[in-house]
Amino acid sequence: MVADFGLGALAITFVTALYAVFAAIYGARRNLLAWVESARLAMLITFPLMAAAAFSLIFLVLNNSFEMRYVFEVSSRSMPVYLKITALWGGQAGSLLLWGLVMAGFAAAVTLRKWERDRDLLPWVIAVCMATLAFFAGLTLFSANPFERIWELASGERLGAVFAPAGARLITLADGNGLNPLLRHPGMVFHPPALYLGFVSFVIPFAFAIATLAAGRRDDRWIRATRRWTLAGWLFLSLGLLLGSRWAYDVLGWGGYWGWDPSEVASLWPWLTATALLHSVVIQERRGMFKNWNMFLVIATYLLALLATFEIRSGLLTSVHAFGASNIGTPFLVFLGVVLVGSVGLWLARWGLLRSEGQLTSFVSREALFLLNNLLFMGLLVICLWGVHYPIISDLFTGNVVTVGAAFYEQATAPLLVLMLLLLGVCPLMAWGVGNLRRLGMLILVPVGGALVITAAAALLAQITLFGALLGIWLAAFAGLAILIEYGRGVAAHRRRTGLSLPLAFWKLAGHNRRRYGGAIVHLGVVLMALGVIGIEMFQSQTQARLNQGDSVVLSGYTLTYEKIDFFETQENTAVAQATIRVYRDGNDLGEIHPRRELFFDTMQATTIPGVRSTLQDDLYAQMLDFDESAATFKLYHNPLVAWLWIGGIVFILGTVVAVLPSQPRKDEVSGK
Amino acid sequence: MRRIIWSAIFGLLLALTLPGGPVAAQSAERERLQEPQPTPSRAVSDDEVNAIARDLYCPICEGIPLDACTTQACADWREIIRGQLAEGWSKEMIQEYFRSRYGDRVLAVPPNPLVFIIPAVLIALAAVLFGLALWRTRKPLAALPAPPADETSDDPYAARLEEELKKRLQGK
Repeated sequence: MVADFGLGALAITFVTALYAVFAAIYGARRNLLAWVESARLAMLITFPLMAAAAFSLIFLVLNNSFEMRYVFEVSSRSMPVYLKITALWGGQAGSLLLWGLVMAGFAAAVTLRKWERDRDLLPWVIAVCMATLAFFAGLTLFSANPFERIWELASGERLGAVFAPAGARLITLADGNGLNPLLRHPGMVFHPPALYLGFVSFVIPFAFAIATLAAGRRDDRWIRATRRWTLAGWLFLSLGLLLGSRWAYDVLGWGGYWGWDPSEVASLWPWLTATALLHSVVIQERRGMFKNWNMFLVIATYLLALLATFEIRSGLLTSVHAFGASNIGTPFLVFLGVVLVGSVGLWLARWGLLRSEGQLTSFVSREALFLLNNLLFMGLLVICLWGVHYPIISDLFTGNVVTVGAAFYEQATAPLLVLMLLLLGVCPLMAWGVGNLRRLGMLILVPVGGALVITAAAALLAQITLFGALLGIWLAAFAGLAILIEYGRGVAAHRRRTGLSLPLAFWKLAGHNRRRYGGAIVHLGVVLMALGVIGIEMFQSQTQARLNQGDSVVLSGYTLTYEKIDFFETQENTAVAQATIRVYRDGNDLGEIHPRRELFFDTMQATTIPGVRSTLQDDLYAQMLDFDESAATFKLYHNPLVAWLWIGGIVFILGTVVAVLPSQPRKDEVSGK
Repeated sequence: MRRIIWSAIFGLLLALTLPGGPVAAQSAERERLQEPQPTPSRAVSDDEVNAIARDLYCPICEGIPLDACTTQACADWREIIRGQLAEGWSKEMIQEYFRSRYGDRVLAVPPNPLVFIIPAVLIALAAVLFGLALWRTRKPLAALPAPPADETSDDPYAARLEEELKKRLQGK
């Protein structure tokens, strides 16, 4: 019953979305506003419809409806309620349904904005959004339907189908397979939806961009209308990536935070183009330049979000993120091809529409550095696209199966990341318009010198001799100081003008030019994250040891003693073996860490959950590889500074939130130049 | 200019597919390597094994380095490495051993230098294009070649029509 309701809602969404595409284009072509309005209302209604379909599925999971194939595959009776809800995105069909739901939500939100000045864009925005939704709803309906029931044929064979095959009878299984144990983690609640929100929200800027091209407008309204959408999408995507990173650190247990797994790299593609866009938009706003480039970035971001979804979901990329091979590949590829040809074709046809109005006054200017930043992001994109596709190209052309592992990405991206950190420091000190090298030289002296002092101090205190590490520390210190100096100058100017106290001026300044100072906070977050990355990448030490109870091992000055192992069962139907390792340093007891292994009875799969002791200085990270009554094998990592990666991540997200909130600009606002 | 760029790209892609290319160059050496003896002649620590395993990938657990993989197959591989280290094998010999049996996929970075050259060339190309675009806009606009004819923008009648349409749409 509920399944039929959900299926019906999904089918009506599909038809409604198709109708909206038709009505919007027809209305725009014939200039019939009633049709456009009808399309708008159709777009609005798709959200409650998709929500009904998604809630039906969640209801079926919560209700242990094991006559449903999807519920059987991703849920089980013993799973706690919060995990059952996350089962909505724990499998292929459900995750496509979520994609559609988020798409419909964004589309509904966009219908409610003020359209007065952009009436001519509306029909095309509707057409793009609803064509995308129709595709995803159609894919869910025809290729990966979560509302399939389990049928038993006369031959005894069982299969999943929406409608009863001839002579088959419906069967209800006693219990489900349960979610993949690696996904049973609180990270499952936030990481996938955040990524979906990020990916899908790029549809809206794309829709506005296409609408601008289709309507033949020359003004910059589209970029203003979509700037905040892009930033919001970027916020969610960044959040999703960070949460995934933390999840990997907490659960996957290889002592790392980013494995350069193909799916991780694929989710970086749209993030990289969106980041480039957020920077180059500023040049369009200030100088009327690079409009065609921005159009390209908007289109590319959407296409890359689609491409990443396609490659991960179709089973082309195998990783911890994929649900295995599927039959959505062909329709997805066709859709991708149509979008690619349509959008790029339209863009090229309207090339003249977006010709630059302004010109670059000097290569020594902040504008020029913004463009250099774009180049660096494009460089990273090239590496990330190449790294993921090289194995496919190699297999296709030579039959030679290869792996592109973390080592490739680390080597290839390192020079670009170094340049980017340098740029992060130079940029805030450079003037807009025409920069003055002498002035820049004077301004840059303080952060350059300060960073040298910090690096020298770090080298002496921590006895660092590694050149790469010293360079990294200098770069991070330089960029951090430059950002703080820039913000400090803004605060000082603001205080002179308003007479506010220092903390208040500090706080208010961010409120007045949110995008600018939000950006500064984001950059500060990047610098802190860089510190964490330098710490774990360059100074991580590890050891593996088989210890009897009472034995100790020494790692980076810490003494780790294996004390005991406990066995117990949890309510979630798992058997847990949990070790206790006591940590000492210089004879002082610093507490315990608890690496453990869990065996899930429903799937008979085991996971290895590391035990971590985290401080601002370093993390001790222990993984239990195997065990018996008397002894256990541990893999132990010492990860210096890694906490700063997460602190930096939080600062990064806070900065983005500051930037995405609407500014309250005032006439007397100090631009802080 | 454009043609040169495209032929360069295609040339590089073609080089990937050549049978005698870098892919096949080292295969001759593979035959010389022998099976390791299973009985270690010295004690080899897990850390020594992991230092080698870190840069290898097994063909089953795609995307997970051999030192971090928890499957039995990978544990067996690590034991093979332990045996080889005990026999005094070098890191290169061990990598070559696995490569000769399971192909290039066991290496963290494909042995073909093009895997680095192609993205480097593409990035250099992008840098040149960016530079050219910047240089062009830096000149006074009058010095630019006349923009190509475009019926949507250059026809005054069409422009007026568009304007009218826009007004009607806006005014409902």
